[in-house]
Amino acid sequence: MSLFHVLGFGVKIGHLFWMLCCWFVSWFVDNGIEDKSGLLVGSVGDLEKTKMTTLKKKNKMWFWNKISSSGLKIPSFSYQFLGSVKFNKAWWRKLVVVWVVFWVLVSIWTFWYFSSQAMEKRKETLASMCDERARMLQDQFNVSMNHVQAMSILISTFHHGKIPSAIDQRTFSEYTDRTSFERPLTSGVAYAMRVLHSEREEFERQQGWTIRKMYSLEQNPVHKDDYDLEALEPSPVQEEYAPVIFAQDTVSHVVSLDMLSGKEDRENVLRARSSGKGVLTAPFPLIKTNRLGVILTFAVYKRDLPSNATPKERIEATNGYLGGVFDIESLVENLLQQLASKQTILVNVYDITNHSQPISMYGTNVSADGLERVSPLIFGDPLRKHEMRCRFKQKPPWPVLSMVTSFGILVIALLVAHIIHATVSRIHKVEEDCDKMKQLKKKAEAADVAKSQFLATVSHEIRTPMNGVLGMLHMLMDTELDVTQQDYVRTAQASGKALVSLINEVLDQAKIESGKLELEEVRFDLRGILDDVLSLFSSKSQQKGVELAVYISDRVPDMLIGDPGRFRQILTNLMGNSIKFTEKGHIFVTVHLVDELFESIDGETASSPESTLSGLPVADRQRSWENFKAFSSNGHRSFEPSPPDINLIVSVEDTGVGIPVEAQSRIFTPFMQVGPSISRTHGGTGIGLSISKCLVGLMKGEIGFSSTPKVGSTFTFTAVFSNGMQPAERKNDNNQPIFSEFRGMKAVVVDHRPARAKVSWYHFQRLGIRVEVVPRVEQALHYLKIGTTTVNMILIEQEIWNREADDFIKKLQKDPLFLSPKLILLANSVESSISEALCTGIDPPIVIVKPLRASMLAATLQRGLGIGIREPPQHKGPPALILRNLLLGRKILIVDDNNVNLRVAAGALKKYGADVVCAESGIKAISLLKPPHEFDACFMDIQMPEMDGFEATRRIRDMEEEMNKRIKNGEALIVENGNKTSWHLPVLAMTADVIQATHEECLKCGMDGYVSKPFEAEQLYREVSRFFNSPSDTES
Amino acid sequence: MDTLIAQLQRRFCDFTISLYHQGFLDDQFTELKKLQDECSPDFVAEVVTLFFEDCEKLISNMARALDQTGNVDFKLVGSSVHQLKGSSSSVGAKRVKGLCVTLKECCDSQNYEGCVRCLQQVDIEYKTLKAKLQDLFNLEQQIVQAGGRIPQVDI
Repeated sequence: MSLFHVLGFGVKIGHLFWMLCCWFVSWFVDNGIEDKSGLLVGSVGDLEKTKMTTLKKKNKMWFWNKISSSGLKIPSFSYQFLGSVKFNKAWWRKLVVVWVVFWVLVSIWTFWYFSSQAMEKRKETLASMCDERARMLQDQFNVSMNHVQAMSILISTFHHGKIPSAIDQRTFSEYTDRTSFERPLTSGVAYAMRVLHSEREEFERQQGWTIRKMYSLEQNPVHKDDYDLEALEPSPVQEEYAPVIFAQDTVSHVVSLDMLSGKEDRENVLRARSSGKGVLTAPFPLIKTNRLGVILTFAVYKRDLPSNATPKERIEATNGYLGGVFDIESLVENLLQQLASKQTILVNVYDITNHSQPISMYGTNVSADGLERVSPLIFGDPLRKHEMRCRFKQKPPWPVLSMVTSFGILVIALLVAHIIHATVSRIHKVEEDCDKMKQLKKKAEAADVAKSQFLATVSHEIRTPMNGVLGMLHMLMDTELDVTQQDYVRTAQASGKALVSLINEVLDQAKIESGKLELEEVRFDLRGILDDVLSLFSSKSQQKGVELAVYISDRVPDMLIGDPGRFRQILTNLMGNSIKFTEKGHIFVTVHLVDELFESIDGETASSPESTLSGLPVADRQRSWENFKAFSSNGHRSFEPSPPDINLIVSVEDTGVGIPVEAQSRIFTPFMQVGPSISRTHGGTGIGLSISKCLVGLMKGEIGFSSTPKVGSTFTFTAVFSNGMQPAERKNDNNQPIFSEFRGMKAVVVDHRPARAKVSWYHFQRLGIRVEVVPRVEQALHYLKIGTTTVNMILIEQEIWNREADDFIKKLQKDPLFLSPKLILLANSVESSISEALCTGIDPPIVIVKPLRASMLAATLQRGLGIGIREPPQHKGPPALILRNLLLGRKILIVDDNNVNLRVAAGALKKYGADVVCAESGIKAISLLKPPHEFDACFMDIQMPEMDGFEATRRIRDMEEEMNKRIKNGEALIVENGNKTSWHLPVLAMTADVIQATHEECLKCGMDGYVSKPFEAEQLYREVSRFFNSPSDTES
Repeated sequence: MDTLIAQLQRRFCDFTISLYHQGFLDDQFTELKKLQDECSPDFVAEVVTLFFEDCEKLISNMARALDQTGNVDFKLVGSSVHQLKGSSSSVGAKRVKGLCVTLKECCDSQNYEGCVRCLQQVDIEYKTLKAKLQDLFNLEQQIVQAGGRIPQVDI
């Protein structure tokens, strides 16, 4: 647990640090961005949105957002970044240089700071050590001095205070020797008495020696132990003398020497007796040992003097002088030995009474290190000043810490600079690459468009000669050919047809890819389309013995608005595939509303094989649409079509070989087939499904499938159409008027398969025949018996007929009442067993070969029931005829600069009965079309000199608009304009290049459509029919 | 008399088919013929005459433009050839149309030599076509004069 916590914490800290870095970088980047606009839209998070007030801030936050959302993914961050930001590389270089310089300075400063810290510390250490030593020295000196002073009191008490004296030389030396531990710093003490000249002789006599002077001694310092006292001269006559009378053994040689004869001593003695305090001499080489020493002198007074006694009083009261010899060198040596770390520092002691010439008392004169500590020493003599100077023996160590620290800082800074630099150059590089890629992409796209255009053009060019080939072959087939030749020709024609269909498909694909495919918006009859498709495949299905059936839900309106051609193409594709791969069983096309499916989706249980059309198992239909977006999870629709939209769902179910699982993923990829053997055995290019998918996409639908190998496949797609039914029409019975003769009839369908029965029911229902479904023949007969209404026909599935025909016929013969209804056999293939029925002697049943189609059904029933065959309705004629109907009497203006074209176009339109007026230029056309005019339509060439078709149309539209405005304002006479309340002349572009002149381009400048040049009847009809709805409208 | 008509008719058919097969004409000419009916009995002749007039005019235009050595207005030639292409495709003069396409390409690439060569070919081609069609119309005339019907030729 705790480990996890630690980890989590670590991650958080890391994240925080990352954020900080990002912020930092973004701040820099923010100032380095040249192109800031265009980044902000939609990229700012909700939370931050509220906080942001300025553009700059937004920008920053954008960056922040981008990074924090992308987490630690640097590539993605840089990618995002590169999307639209340009870097100023030079700017960045400068920044890096500034950064490096800054950090170099910082590291120098750090070095300096750390080393000064170290120096300070060293100084402090030295000071404390030095002070300590000075203090100790002072203390010990003071102790010794006190003792010497005590001794002076001793002498005054026992030598002068007692008569006779209690002290003689021997006592003194013994005493001093034994108490020398108390004066560790003195090498010896001596006492000199004050002897006036008047008392000299008596004194000399008393002592037994003459007073000698030290002078010669100093002149010739002799370093001998057998110091010859006798060699010294007797002291010359002086005012007073200070001969040493007592001395410690160590300095016994000074006995009888006159202290006042020595220069240092005299001064000392005089100062001591006048001040009454201990007085020090300057250091001087000592007699005999010749070492540096200092003599401390105390005066011994006759009586106890008050502290404020004058010097004169003191001099008079002086009895003698006690002197202690301090051997400074050994003294300091001893002292230092007592302390630790003697090795680390050097100590020098100086007498600095004379400032200009300090006298060294201790220590060697080594070269100065620079760092020195001076501590004052106070030995109790205000006249004499001493000081202690301490130095470190070693040079200061290298400042490793500061060096390491500053170096580390420098390294880190350089690294960061390097990272920044690397990042910037990386970003720069990626940016360049991105630019390159963009260009490449553009090129590739251009190439793609060019490819599509090329494909379209080439396909178009191939189609034309292919039509020639096919036509020729067709004619060839009509000539007298033997069987082999006919076979050859048929093969050639089939191949040619395959080629043409392939080319069409490629053309479609190319059109879709180049985005040039547009869906039409025409009213069409869905059921009719399905009948057509069915009839297309009927011969094939009959050959194979595969049952083909269509079921369209009642709730699907009769008329829809959309692109029937493309819808048909999708269906043809899917059914073509199905029929290709299905050898037995059925192919079942169902059309429902999506809503309807939703209502039944819950009730639908897993279909048992028995409930399918042919009794064979099928792939699970539901699975084919489970991925549809419109069917989001838990059956809720994410997309609600607006009321006029009809959302259809179409399923094509077959019992074919199915699609292998491994191939299912690439089924919609162009030119992908299950395997290479497929195209060999079944033909096709594998482009159909991909086109279908595109088309379905254009119809705002989705396509999906489910397939089980060896069981079958089900393809399902949805498509959105608008309702083509007028509200009034909706109320009508949805039966078409041509089949009205069957209305009111009643039929009984004998079928034990509900799915199949439903299909039959649907088709007969369309003819207006009421249908009753019974599963068995007996029930049919029973129904006939008890039925109150007359039954006109009995429909029997071939399957049942084969099984129960005999029985059934017998029963029919028994009871002639049953003969009245017509017997109709629903057969899958032509080779049905009619002969069996024939021999029984009753009326041969009418055989209807599936697939059931309304028109075929009607025709068969008409024939079978003897209902008069009507003339085919007018509008089922060829397009030329309808065109004639549409164009008859219309006044049409044709504008073309090319005389020949003009003449031909005029001729073509005249042929359809139109009243044609020609114009050679756009300008003339404009003058002719200035409202009010009587033209019904205008065909306009696009490429014309002076004024092209687009421009002319624009001008015409402008004029019309002005006219309309005037009409609105009541300026123009409506009477003059006939019954027109607004002007909009249909203008159609004429062009040879279909691909280039897209619908859009035409629409943009106010045209209503385009026709290709030279005219094709069908296309002309399509375009014209959009404007001239019914031929009789204007005629009447 | 009948045999004469039949002979003429056969000649007419053969000639027409040969025209198609040799690539002088294409479907559009057939379409054009379909447009001719009682209301406009001379429709084809009329259009074809227009076409040849057009040809003559345009070709002389182009020739003039191409004559100006060193300062050839390819734009002018291009627009002329575009017109010619349009009218020839309307009439179904296949060879002329094909040559027009080539000439257009030469013109677009400013290939002077190619232009001149193509133009010469166009000139020859349209004259040949003119002669052929003249023959065809003469044949038609003869058939009509002989009292026969002009046969429908399916290509």
